[in-house]
Amino acid sequence: MNTNMLTLARKSLLEPAGLGETELMRLIGQLMSGSVDYADLYFQYSRHESWSLEEGKVKSGSHSIEQGVGVRACAGEKTGFAYSDEIVLPALLEAAGAARAIVQQGAPARVPVAFRGEVGRQLYRPDDPLASLPDEAKVKLLERVEQEARAQDPRVKQVMASLASTHEVVLVVRSDGVIAGDVRPLVRLSVTVIVESNGRREQGSSGGGGRFTYDYFSHADQALSYAREAVRQALVNLDAVEAPAGTMPVVLGPGWPGILLHEAIGHGLEGDFNRKGTSAFAGKLGQRVASEQCTVVDDGTIPDRRGSLNVDDEGTTTQKTVLIENGILKGYMQDTLNARLMGVAPTGNGRRESYAHLPMPRMTNTYMLAGKYDPGEIIASVERGLYAVNFGGGQVDITSGKFVFSASEAYLIENGKITRPVKGATLIGNGPDVLTRVSMVGNDLQLDPGVGTCGKEGQSVPVGVGQPTLKIDSLTVGGTQG
Amino acid sequence: MSALVTSPVVADKEARARLSAVVEYVLAEARKSGASAAEAGVNTSQGLSLTVRLGEIETVEHTRDKGMGVTVYFGQRTASASTTDFSEQALRETVRAACTIARYTAEDDCAGLADPERLAKNIPDLDLHHPWNPGTERAIELARAAESAARGLDKRITNSEGGSLSTHEGLEVYGNTHGFLGAVAATRHSLSVSVIAQDDSGMQRDYWYTVARAAAGLESPEKVGLEAARRSLRRLGSRKLSTRDCPVLYEAPLASSLLSHLVSAVRGSSLYRQASFLLDSIGKPVFADFVRIHEQPHLKGAQGSAAFDSEGVVTKPRDLIRDGILQGYVLDSYSARKLKMATTGNAGGVHNLTIEPGKDDLAALLKRMHTGLLVTELIGFGVNMVTGDYSRGAAGFWVENGEIQYPVEEITIAGNLKDMFRHVAAVGSDVDTRGNIRSGSILIESMTVAGS
Repeated sequence: MNTNMLTLARKSLLEPAGLGETELMRLIGQLMSGSVDYADLYFQYSRHESWSLEEGKVKSGSHSIEQGVGVRACAGEKTGFAYSDEIVLPALLEAAGAARAIVQQGAPARVPVAFRGEVGRQLYRPDDPLASLPDEAKVKLLERVEQEARAQDPRVKQVMASLASTHEVVLVVRSDGVIAGDVRPLVRLSVTVIVESNGRREQGSSGGGGRFTYDYFSHADQALSYAREAVRQALVNLDAVEAPAGTMPVVLGPGWPGILLHEAIGHGLEGDFNRKGTSAFAGKLGQRVASEQCTVVDDGTIPDRRGSLNVDDEGTTTQKTVLIENGILKGYMQDTLNARLMGVAPTGNGRRESYAHLPMPRMTNTYMLAGKYDPGEIIASVERGLYAVNFGGGQVDITSGKFVFSASEAYLIENGKITRPVKGATLIGNGPDVLTRVSMVGNDLQLDPGVGTCGKEGQSVPVGVGQPTLKIDSLTVGGTQG
Repeated sequence: MSALVTSPVVADKEARARLSAVVEYVLAEARKSGASAAEAGVNTSQGLSLTVRLGEIETVEHTRDKGMGVTVYFGQRTASASTTDFSEQALRETVRAACTIARYTAEDDCAGLADPERLAKNIPDLDLHHPWNPGTERAIELARAAESAARGLDKRITNSEGGSLSTHEGLEVYGNTHGFLGAVAATRHSLSVSVIAQDDSGMQRDYWYTVARAAAGLESPEKVGLEAARRSLRRLGSRKLSTRDCPVLYEAPLASSLLSHLVSAVRGSSLYRQASFLLDSIGKPVFADFVRIHEQPHLKGAQGSAAFDSEGVVTKPRDLIRDGILQGYVLDSYSARKLKMATTGNAGGVHNLTIEPGKDDLAALLKRMHTGLLVTELIGFGVNMVTGDYSRGAAGFWVENGEIQYPVEEITIAGNLKDMFRHVAAVGSDVDTRGNIRSGSILIESMTVAGS
């Protein structure tokens, strides 16, 4: 894989618009006047498609194209922002004029003498997933998923499946002379089933994806395994009894339950909230925020992962950032603005939903490293508690630190054994101290299958999470059986 | 600082003509490509959104968006495509992309445009379009005044996420090959403040906002700021509760979430997929007997007003729940055909769904509850629409003898929506009209609170 992402991005974003270094210099010059100390341009072109199946038929499909340029000027803590959905010089000059209007006119422009390309990583191939499979085969794939789900059990009443992909090309031009590009494929397959038995209905969902082409779903029956997993979950829930209510030991399974880390500590460690002092973690650097067994990282550099990027949306090469090491808070996730204002280095976490949105510090793939315990041993250590293995969404109030995440598949643990399945329930805790109550960390680290989307201030970005099996000595479980 | 002025009006006559021409062009292209029917929606919008934090301007964002979406039908096969580029070439390619996909989608008996006789004939002016151009300077002043009122209330307001002002104007034109062409111009202005209160017990954040179609309808910056500060301050010293069953009072701004769950459960797409806890419920008691929930699509200047839905179907006022009994579903043409019913004009959602207010204000509702939980914040998404099982994170106040005793947090409230709806004990007179769902505070007889 030696394709130069920047070359590809220049070719598809700048050349058709007739934009060369001279024009880019002129735009940066337009932005860098007065007290503006940083400016950037974010070019984006993306194509998206989705196909969806219900009642055994692929009834609909859609295709969309989005393109534009976001123009930003920063002066201290001030940011001016405008964008254009036309990639042509006059529109960009107008946007630049609007963006830099946050500051007084004045001092002459300081522009870089030359641009230098940020090399970035090579974590995925710059393939176009939309073109990776004939349309007919996309339809067939969904139909096979449906048939596989139905073949599992006669109680399967409804199968809904969807296949989606995005091909995105981005290019960042910065006032410090950095120019960077990335070509980002992203695919996802999701399946939801509804089962019915004796008048009771339950659902189960599964899916996966990442930064590659549709080929991934054909390898080793990947797509069909999602169908089987969704049915398995739904059938488990048919037997679920009311969930317990109250505080008890909770064992979380490996992989996707890492949403715990995303909500409980991840958002609270984003640079913007800590610079402003609005996070419950503000000022806690160097302090103990987790048990000694916990080491948590945010890693944008894992090949092919949904949350990975070769460069972030500000052109900074991504990295693996240690957030918590053996229980001690080590670092925050930063974009360029917050890193500059806090006097630290950016960590490659500057992300944005699109050219029409401002970048912010955001997570990439956030996970806890493996510990020493066998998962069976962890469950055996619990007299009475909850074992939760699948989750829906989660949310956090970063200021009070309170977070929730909702189980969609959970079981009671009684006398060290997994017994009955219980209905989904929301788990609630306090971010700055929940990890101090992690008493056992398993040796079975897993990353999620590639389905996570994170929302912050109205912007959605794809992310990943992961963790080994772990035990929290006490956490509040929001069931109905007191 | 130079005053920055957004360009005059996006929704003038000329813009309507231009967007209508785009719709006509796209529909003609679809016909040319062999589609038996097509529909297209085009929108354009612009706005200004800025935040003042700790008295200083933090962000100024100029927004300007446009988009076109087309759905084509080849007999009973369908597909969609969209683009942000209005050049003829891009529009043609978008139509072609949809037509390509439609070659592979399956025949579907129920696919198609809305029935011609249901399309809106007259499009009344619902008073939704009041462009406002305060200029950057004035907008900053308003946001600053709101934040400053919040920060000035109490020295325990130690930090801020800022005061924000946003103004937005949009124009949408929808047309289909039955000959329908409708345009809607609308504006939305809002002012909000979010501040942080702090004492020895820790930090708490809360916010308040005002929103209106016309700038004159906004609450004053002082009022917004003071309310945000008051809400943050009252949360200081929050404790956990022990696990118990008790009555739960949803404060008006949150009570609309209960009605949104009702809408999800009686939406056609949930019903024909059997993904709802309210299957086959028409004519059956769903809510407590006294409850009326109705749609008011033609309210002047309201957030959810619309003369036609997103398929051009005429909207009508109607009761969804009367005397606690479900009167109908929330349907678009497709789901209506699936259920062998008629569309209810709800493609794209409900319009000003309103639960009939009672006589009690919040104070009287607290008295009526006597002992229980007042919920003022909900977090998380713990609602299962297939079973109605409900479990969400909450914060609020513990109430005894009808009086607030202390703030509480890190608890969950749980139940099943079927039971919760049937056991609504009262609806308040304190209606929150800021959203598309209008509700006063709602008292539920009993739920499980999980805590320490």
